[in-house]
Amino acid sequence: MGMTITEKILSEKTGHKVRVGEYILIEVDIALANDITAPLAIDEFYKTGIKKVYNPEQIVLVPDHFVPNKDILSAMQVKKIRKFAKEQNIEKFFELGRMGIEHVLLPEQGIVKSRDIVVGADSHTCTYGALGAFSTGVGSTDIAGVYMMGKAWFKVPEVIDVYIKGNFRKYVSGKDFILKLISILGVSGANYKVLEFRGPGIENISMDSRFTISNMAIEAGGKAGIFPVDDLTIEYERERGIKVEKLTADEDASYMRRIEFDLNELEPQVAFPFLPSNSKGISETEKEKIKIDQIVIGSCTNGRMEDLRAAAMILKGKKISRNVRCIIIPGSQQVYKNAIREGLFDIFVNAECAVSTPTCGPCLGGHMGVLAEGEVALSTTNRNFVGRMGHVKSKVYLSSPVVAAASAIKGYIANPENL
Amino acid sequence: MILKGKVWKFGDDISTDHIAPGRYFHLRTNLPELAKHVLEDAREDFASKVEKGDIIVAGRNFGLGSSREHAPRIIKLAGVAAIIAKSFARIFYRNAVNIGLPLIEIKEADEIDEGDVLEIDLANGIVKNTTKGKEYKFVPMPKFMLDVINEGGIENYISKYGDYKI
Repeated sequence: MGMTITEKILSEKTGHKVRVGEYILIEVDIALANDITAPLAIDEFYKTGIKKVYNPEQIVLVPDHFVPNKDILSAMQVKKIRKFAKEQNIEKFFELGRMGIEHVLLPEQGIVKSRDIVVGADSHTCTYGALGAFSTGVGSTDIAGVYMMGKAWFKVPEVIDVYIKGNFRKYVSGKDFILKLISILGVSGANYKVLEFRGPGIENISMDSRFTISNMAIEAGGKAGIFPVDDLTIEYERERGIKVEKLTADEDASYMRRIEFDLNELEPQVAFPFLPSNSKGISETEKEKIKIDQIVIGSCTNGRMEDLRAAAMILKGKKISRNVRCIIIPGSQQVYKNAIREGLFDIFVNAECAVSTPTCGPCLGGHMGVLAEGEVALSTTNRNFVGRMGHVKSKVYLSSPVVAAASAIKGYIANPENL
Repeated sequence: MILKGKVWKFGDDISTDHIAPGRYFHLRTNLPELAKHVLEDAREDFASKVEKGDIIVAGRNFGLGSSREHAPRIIKLAGVAAIIAKSFARIFYRNAVNIGLPLIEIKEADEIDEGDVLEIDLANGIVKNTTKGKEYKFVPMPKFMLDVINEGGIENYISKYGDYKI
């Protein structure tokens, strides 16, 4: 019997052929935590009385959720992380000014790569599946376990085969694909399972779109969302001085379910409140003329260059509606710099959008764009749960950057085709 | 270990935003204060009325969303002894085990009503509804997870065993 990508990576690490359902203990390559989750992990680590971490090279610390520090408590959290990084000689601590939203930053800086085992105390750690890594979200105590012993436990998951053919039409991208897939699977359809993407359509999906797709595997409950390592991945890694080899599932690998998907049939999607699985096509959505108060373009889901370029293409030479405010957040310092160099900041500021330094801020209702009672947002982020972006009686719709930008101009959720 | 307590009912897809809303994250360094808002966005009266030893019974996919461990921690801190649901979101499940909060999956969760009194035998996989005189079986957790629960979390477990014993 052949193996899935998941089984190949896990077997390589354990040194034996793993089987679905087996509990394994493996040394991880990277253990990531942020300003919300790291302080709890640090406290747990020190409570055991252990003085030194197992291996500082494994550890990555990225304060990004409430950074630049929102208030005194946020500042205290980051101070604790900074102190820990210094005490434990952790080099991969990313201070404001060098940081980015963690899941934009780590691939961009070549910190994670194909075949790595990555755990992160952040649910969107599944993003790195785009590079062919086995990468999954855990909690702070799991991370503390890595600080103590360098390893984590896993149950070898079942795999869902997502077979993709065709190519995206104009104005359609990875975000639309993953929203549609989540609507098919439901928010728990991939619970405890891995989504593995394959098929002839894969080569038409850009790296940035792959990051968006893998990022939201968790919104279907997925443990990971993994792409094969192909020429595109090899080139992406080569640009970062990393040499990787192709990695695909065997033809006779065993899956618990197969979903076939034709990208040609896909139109832009909008996920309605209060679950990411509530998506509808843009042509149907536009008829409802849903008025919005705030647009957010950014986040670990859609804060990369492809996303900002797509928004800029729509906003160029235009002004947003007087009835909305639009916040644009480049995902990292590198993205920020590239966006300035390509003239995107001019386009955004001329369109009367606010452009922010990298932060998770509004996505989780933290800061930099919190909603009032009764307000409605259209956001390129990943969750639209009750109260997610602020007041418990506010609402969030989710879409791609193109739809968000078109809607910023119109003041209601709009189809970019009809601008 | 036998747990006994009365039931609080919740629906499907209770998210970590329902459990620990982002707007209270200024309290994240003060878990006892954060626990005063536990599950507030699902049931406003829960935090003020829940008693030590009570049991949450919910529908599908309890705990979906963020990896914030604060979510199971404040549920435990509020006094909840165990959560029964038709299913749990994966990261929430890991986190709950790691901090020593028992989770039980049973398909018949709908048959249990608010206020029912339950007895849970974790090691043998039995839930008894003493109010209704019904009994349900579940697959017990693997031994290392039960040990983690019995020790009250990973930190105590590692202090005692020195490593994971899988």
